[in-house]
Amino acid sequence: MANATTTKAHWALRLFEWVDSRFPLSDLWKEHLSEYYAPKNFNFWYYFGSLSLLVLVLQIITGIFLTMNYKPDATLAFASVEYIMREVPWGWLIRYLHSTGASAFFICVYLHMFRALLYGSYRKPRELLWLVGVLIFLSLMAEAFFGYLLPWGQMSYWGAQVIVNLFGAIPFVGEDLAIWIRGDYVVSDATLNRFFALHVAALPLVLLGLVAVHILALHDKHVGSNNPDGIEIKANKDPGTGIPRDAIPFHPYYTVKDIFGAMVFLLVFSVIMFFAPEVGGYFLEHNNFFPADPLKTPPHIAPVWYFTPYYSVLRATTDELKWVIGVAVVLFMLWGLVRRGGNTTRMLLLGTGAVLLALLVVLEAKVWGVLLMGASVVIFAFLPWLDRSPVKSIRYKGWMYKLALTVFVIAFIVLGYLGMQVPTPTATRIAQVSTVAYFAFFLLMPWYTGIDKTKPPPERLT
Amino acid sequence: MNVKRILVAVAAAALAAGAAPAPAAEGAKLDDVEVNVTDVASLQSGARTFVNYCLNCHSASLVRYNALRQLDLTDEQIKDNLMFTAEKIGMPMDIAMRPRDAKAWFATVPPDLSVIARARGADWLYTYLRTFYRDASTPTGWSNLVYTSPVMPHVLWKLQGEQVLKEVPATTRDGRPVVDEHGQPRKLAKLELTVPGRQSTAEYDKTVYDLVNFLVWMGEPNQLERKRLGVWVLFGLAVLVFLTYFLKRAYWKNVH
Repeated sequence: MANATTTKAHWALRLFEWVDSRFPLSDLWKEHLSEYYAPKNFNFWYYFGSLSLLVLVLQIITGIFLTMNYKPDATLAFASVEYIMREVPWGWLIRYLHSTGASAFFICVYLHMFRALLYGSYRKPRELLWLVGVLIFLSLMAEAFFGYLLPWGQMSYWGAQVIVNLFGAIPFVGEDLAIWIRGDYVVSDATLNRFFALHVAALPLVLLGLVAVHILALHDKHVGSNNPDGIEIKANKDPGTGIPRDAIPFHPYYTVKDIFGAMVFLLVFSVIMFFAPEVGGYFLEHNNFFPADPLKTPPHIAPVWYFTPYYSVLRATTDELKWVIGVAVVLFMLWGLVRRGGNTTRMLLLGTGAVLLALLVVLEAKVWGVLLMGASVVIFAFLPWLDRSPVKSIRYKGWMYKLALTVFVIAFIVLGYLGMQVPTPTATRIAQVSTVAYFAFFLLMPWYTGIDKTKPPPERLT
Repeated sequence: MNVKRILVAVAAAALAAGAAPAPAAEGAKLDDVEVNVTDVASLQSGARTFVNYCLNCHSASLVRYNALRQLDLTDEQIKDNLMFTAEKIGMPMDIAMRPRDAKAWFATVPPDLSVIARARGADWLYTYLRTFYRDASTPTGWSNLVYTSPVMPHVLWKLQGEQVLKEVPATTRDGRPVVDEHGQPRKLAKLELTVPGRQSTAEYDKTVYDLVNFLVWMGEPNQLERKRLGVWVLFGLAVLVFLTYFLKRAYWKNVH
């Protein structure tokens, strides 16, 4: 080997140099891996970013193989999925990888987002990183929704019917909009074909693009990874090297750590996929093994578990909840009156309140349900500006934030559970209380993070 | 088998705290049935019942006859005993009745049964097939505890015999009567066999058990292969978890 380098470089090295003088290969490697300096104290919650990426790759690869055998045709789709399960060599494995992967994707993304709530990863200078993340989440929801129609079972069909009909609730343009989305007056072959196109081409492209932007925004030289202490490691650099004192290069440290995390994840994933791929009806719903029948509405339509918290918010929005919203809006206006500040701000707050009150009178509860369901997802985007705490990490925040986050997580889980169940008056009441708690976490955040007693964060990572 | 069951339980418990979304069921409480798709004799017997009694009105068009090879049957055995309408072993389990005729005759098309066990669940099927009873008010003369006013008559009635619905006062385990919130004695729907069939109750239960077992197998013929492969994959991943853990530790030795 040494002999070869002195006389003539190894062919692989020469190839590398040939490429590297024509393409920023080693620059990219350094910038994103070997010289990307990350805080050294990442904990359990920091696995879920790389795991989300792993699942994305898994979904794309298995998706390509499924596309080779799936038929996006209302008369053939259901049977073609079973054809994959029975006749295609390893088809059952590919299909279960994909169906389990869909739920795993949401588990990873939810835990990844929860990490941000724990350690304030959305705060300055990571607002844009967070916004791109919210866009990824929205795209992922769209991707999952379109994909769920493809098996063409009863839940596929009626779930799509219910969700598309929601657009019909929008005043004036709703009905036309719903027809435009479906391409028909009901969910039909035309809908299946376009959802297929969106699921296999449009949204994967959007997702990949956004993920690239997400990583670029993270690796920007002014940004970098947050950490469980929520302090900026770039504020304390070694003057000689310019490297943050509390940082380690991503490669090899976090690459080996994330590989270990990936193995543990795949182990858990395999337990589910090989031994309980339906997970008792949560990952693959029983009713979806009945082929879609436009003439037979199932008595109970429930989306897959990852959509149920928002679906619960929709169902909880009754005429009674409109009164609660009304009271909240009036309180908001009163606060606008008494708060200090210029007349312009005051007018703005009062104006917004007046518009909301007018909408409460004009729009029926169903429309408000759709609005609130949308708001329950989009509201995450406002976190960077809602959090007024002087510290980022929950480690140094006071009891108020800890309590608020706990209540929020409970509300989220309760809403998710209720969204799968048949609604009863009691269940609806609990869902309404949970909906209020869900939104209170965000809307009261400027207040409670402002007055919460915080501890001073340390100078260096602990 | 036990290890697998524990793994399933752990996975299910971890992901599904709370009541699972059950398959849609009307009315009656379902009987628990523990199917066993490794019991080849039971599956063969279920296949026989299926072909003789179900596969005239119901198709299983996603299943080919040669899939029955997995039940330790040779092509000759399948052709001689189980294949009545198809010509080739590779053909799907279709029926001669056309959907349009079915619609005219029964007002509905009998559903394809290929994945019925995955849609309904074994408990539902097991209870459904055993709780038909005589009811003069329906067009077929039969009614059912779990599927009220079924379009399907009791196809297996010669085996089971005829049951009638009786209302009996409910009692606790030690024989005391149960009352509802208004103090009225609670009534229980109970089926009573009035005309015995060719099989005893125990024999009939076994026939239905075998049939349900077969339907569960047919819902996913690869399920045994899936679990077999799963054990190896888990074993391999466990080794990788172990190796990568020590790899990580070796690299992180000097990070404090």
